[in-house]
Amino acid sequence: MAKQKLGFEKSIERLEEIIKLLEQGDAPLDNALSLFEEGAGLLARCGELLDQAEQKVLLLSKGADGAPAERPFIAVSQPGKNEDTAQ
Amino acid sequence: MEDLVYSVSQVNTYLKTLMDKDRFLSAIFVRGEISNYKLYPSGHHYFALKDEVGAIRCVLFRREASRLRFRPENGMKVIAFGHVSVFPRDGQYQLYCGELSPDGVGALHLAFEQLKEKLFREGLFDPAQKKPLPPYPKTVALITSPAGAAVRDMIRILGARWPLAKVVLLPVRVQGAEAPAELCGALRFANRWNIADLILIGRGGGSMEDLWAFNDEKLARAIYESKIPVVSAVGHEPDVTIADFVADVRAATPSNAAELAVPDIRELGSRLAAFQRRLGQAMHLRLSMARARLEKQNVGVLQYPMRYMEGKRLLLDFVQQRLDRASRVYLSKERERFSALAASLDALSPLKVLGRGYSIAAKTTGEIIKNGLDVLPGETITLRLQKGGLFCTVERQWKPEQPVTPGAMQKEEQNHGETKAGL
Repeated sequence: MAKQKLGFEKSIERLEEIIKLLEQGDAPLDNALSLFEEGAGLLARCGELLDQAEQKVLLLSKGADGAPAERPFIAVSQPGKNEDTAQ
Repeated sequence: MEDLVYSVSQVNTYLKTLMDKDRFLSAIFVRGEISNYKLYPSGHHYFALKDEVGAIRCVLFRREASRLRFRPENGMKVIAFGHVSVFPRDGQYQLYCGELSPDGVGALHLAFEQLKEKLFREGLFDPAQKKPLPPYPKTVALITSPAGAAVRDMIRILGARWPLAKVVLLPVRVQGAEAPAELCGALRFANRWNIADLILIGRGGGSMEDLWAFNDEKLARAIYESKIPVVSAVGHEPDVTIADFVADVRAATPSNAAELAVPDIRELGSRLAAFQRRLGQAMHLRLSMARARLEKQNVGVLQYPMRYMEGKRLLLDFVQQRLDRASRVYLSKERERFSALAASLDALSPLKVLGRGYSIAAKTTGEIIKNGLDVLPGETITLRLQKGGLFCTVERQWKPEQPVTPGAMQKEEQNHGETKAGL
């Protein structure tokens, strides 16, 4: 796979790098073009990530095998209620 | 039998009488730490004095309280003077304080300071050991109570600022005897399974006793050993615990921890927009540079004919401007050269020569006479002078080799003056 998906942090770092390279203006043209394409791709993907982000909140406990087991946590849905709504 | 059965209040009253008679209990100094302090609207102060083992209920009535020189607070070590008696209504005995004065540092405070000093010496608070927080966490683990405002605040703020992160909650007890072990267990569990790239550990506000689990030495070491960065979020702003010192980042409150833990999606959005702008500008600049260079090198192979044309047009403008400028410069140079030439032409003008006394001889046809043998004696010639001229008749000729000046020639008989032709 030529283009592995970078994490958000790496994407931002790479974007900064690309912009710096382009702003220096001494990269060969086809190099600059592919940098631009890469930058535009990263921007689009970061934007998408931001737009689509929907937080998952999970309650973590020790499963039968000792490994973490996740289940949804929904205590947030009762603001203003009594604080002692332990699960 | 009936005589042996007493009412509750009889017992309480008996005890009260007993205690009130007791000389030891009627005027007593008690050293302890204030806990569960409450000031009632009536102006009476209720609290407990405690030490490592036990506690005694205390009351300080408004009249006595008005003489206080300090504000009692939980955790404050004090010496109380008063008498111990029973409150018959609930059968509880308590210390009726007449005076209250501070007594140095409370035992909990002392323990806190001692542990702080010890861990500090061991280097657990060393800033160099503190791990940086990940700028864009993918998973944030909360080690706290699943109930209460703290966890809700954290989840709400994490969701608003950085919904990209998954939030996992490791539910633990945050106060009481089991709390330190549970907190440590959750920390180690999170590390063993590497379940997050950031841990927020903490709880909401409470008394110093409520927060005491976060002053536990084992917890301090577990935080120190955590490979995952830890943000501590214990109580309110003024509450400081050992966990705060050893954590990689100390947050004032759980909400503050959530703010420190993740970036703000809105800020990042505007940052991305700025990136987009810069990327576009840089590429635009780069392209026009490339186009200009391309034109200069006269390279004809182009991927984008339209862009090529645009480039050409731009270049044309550019070249035209240069041409304009260049021709203006050229013209003015030519003009200078012309006037220089004109000046030298003027210097060479035969009319000027005439001014110096020379004359030009010509046949009547206008042909300039350069050779004496070209005209015959008797022929009429013209002499052009600076002003006007003469029609002359040729008398004689002399050959070019004859070294005779025309002046000498003419005035041969009179003299042999070497004067130049003066006419």
